[in-house]
Amino acid sequence: MSIWLDGDSRVVVQGLTGRNGQFHARQMLDYGTPVVGGVTPGKGGQECLGLPVWDTVAEAVDNGANVSCVFVPPRFAAGAICEAVDAGVNLVVAITEGIPALDMVRTKAHLADTETRLIGPNCPGIITPGTAKVGIMPGHIHQPGDIGIVSRSGTLTYEAVDQVTRIGRGQSTCLGIGGDPIIGTPFIDVLEAFEADPATKAMVMIGEIGGSAEERAAEFVREHVSKPVVGFIAGRTAPPGKRMGHAGAIIAGGKGTAAAKMEALRKAGIAVAENPAKLGETLAELL
Amino acid sequence: MNIHEYQAKALFRDYGVATQQGQLALTAGEAEAACKALGGELWVVKAQVHAGGRGKGGGIRLCRTPDEVHDAAEALLGSQLVTPQTGPEGVAVRAVYVEAGCDIARELYLGMVLDRDSERMVMMASTEGGVEIEEVAAATPEKILKAYLEPDGVLPVEAARELAQGLALEGKQVDRAVEFMLTLARLGQELDCSIVEINPLVITSDDRVIALDAKVNFDDSALFRHPELAELRDTAAEEPLEARASAAGLNYIKLDGQIGCMVNGAGLAMATMDLIKLHGSEPANFLDVGGGATAEQVTEGFRIILSDPGVEAIFVNIFGGIMRCDFIAEGIITAARDVKIGVPLVVRLEGTNVELGRKMLDESGLELITAGDMDDGARKAIAAAGGSK
Repeated sequence: MSIWLDGDSRVVVQGLTGRNGQFHARQMLDYGTPVVGGVTPGKGGQECLGLPVWDTVAEAVDNGANVSCVFVPPRFAAGAICEAVDAGVNLVVAITEGIPALDMVRTKAHLADTETRLIGPNCPGIITPGTAKVGIMPGHIHQPGDIGIVSRSGTLTYEAVDQVTRIGRGQSTCLGIGGDPIIGTPFIDVLEAFEADPATKAMVMIGEIGGSAEERAAEFVREHVSKPVVGFIAGRTAPPGKRMGHAGAIIAGGKGTAAAKMEALRKAGIAVAENPAKLGETLAELL
Repeated sequence: MNIHEYQAKALFRDYGVATQQGQLALTAGEAEAACKALGGELWVVKAQVHAGGRGKGGGIRLCRTPDEVHDAAEALLGSQLVTPQTGPEGVAVRAVYVEAGCDIARELYLGMVLDRDSERMVMMASTEGGVEIEEVAAATPEKILKAYLEPDGVLPVEAARELAQGLALEGKQVDRAVEFMLTLARLGQELDCSIVEINPLVITSDDRVIALDAKVNFDDSALFRHPELAELRDTAAEEPLEARASAAGLNYIKLDGQIGCMVNGAGLAMATMDLIKLHGSEPANFLDVGGGATAEQVTEGFRIILSDPGVEAIFVNIFGGIMRCDFIAEGIITAARDVKIGVPLVVRLEGTNVELGRKMLDESGLELITAGDMDDGARKAIAAAGGSK
């Protein structure tokens, strides 16, 4: 078992013919992910990696796709996400980094009354080890198992996976939710799904400074999560930085520092690792 | 991307957001000429720097004669202005803005920013304009009034009216403030602003609504839509190494420690810095080479780290996903050929194409210290730099 990505997933890669899309589609195929084809407007009818290329996501859905992985460049990415939503896929995984924030405001509003789940953007994607990977994470560091891993950062997700694998535990599902201010799937949705997933026995949650998503996730864990959770917050030593004006600080309302987030996690009963290299160790002690 | 007040006010005027007349001056003589050209009997000389809190730092001078304008400009130009938002070293003042004074009846606050919680732009207003606005927000959050923009960026008229009423505006002031807010929302949307802040927003004794200050920050990710705005960038106001990194598409922040860091991904970069500190040393920088960096960008990243004389060892910590380890290895090898890496280099490579990357480094004959994991790498880098501080 797993969350959101399983043996029934059929993947279309939006932006398959680009450099990154092609490189990572090959890696997904090598991992055994059922990729049914790609979408690049204007290149319909061509072939790439031996897979069909369509002009639209709707055609991909007609050919069995129910998950889309978006590698489309930033200026077209929001449109590509909305196209996948309109085509009715269950899951859109947006890897693209650098989508304008106001494009994401509109995209989130577009998603509001649909059944589609968006993961990302600016994220490494999602993997159910041994079954399928949709994204850019290195497959070989994962192994099937019972730990659910969720992170705001891409590379820190890999770090956590690697450490969990090294203590001899596999993963049920791992995903990066993305580092942008506006993302499709917040921590809470993931924690709720892991709590409900019988194959997940414990979770690792990795946050970072800024925003209040970790504080809200901690509150959720305190009230609704019975499984053990290990946490880490990156950015304790990040400098406050030069600022321009007050608006950012006013809207943050004192939340968002690493210290405040770690405290919120601890209060919720989460085992907080002080050292990012000791996530695996902290988990081993907990289990 | 930040711009200066005088640039922000030019954009305000383009959109019809009311400001006072003003002129930029690079010398005291120009400032004096500017006040004479503007006319009137009251002027404000304002330091043009990328930081808030200028009033507190003495960067805003009220003047009643052209001589006073001349002297204020002379004192500010070429000085280092220290404000609560600059850090102790301050920022260099290279230009002043001379603005006509006005008859202020009330000072208010108006700001617009992306709200992560509601996933909308939010306009915030307060009767408590001035430098203490953050304290007001912390102690009495109810004094910060909020109106949310629609996802398409439109501020509903009713929401603007509620803000105006919440500010206890009267008579003609209400309609003028509503118009002001709607226009400001349109500006923020069309120009992809991440922050627009007016502190103070003033009501004059003849009921006009005027932006006495203007802080504008653009979403860097959206600058491709606004080539004309990208030209407003004042790279001289930025840290030189940071400006250079930015030009190369790298995310670099200079710090004061000994361990130069090159990492992929902001989260891992921050965690690497946390780890260095945890083991008793200090990071010399934050450097996220990003997901799609080329070997050329990695090489430039090395040059930038090595330009910082404080660096005593470099720790490369890469967990490749979209970033391929062979690109990193190629960047390291090229950089070592181009520039003399005179400090110990500790490399931890993991992830996509890791075998190829390690093989390339092995065969390059470069003198480097390899690390098995990030903890090992941080410890080795600190030891190579002469131990904890």
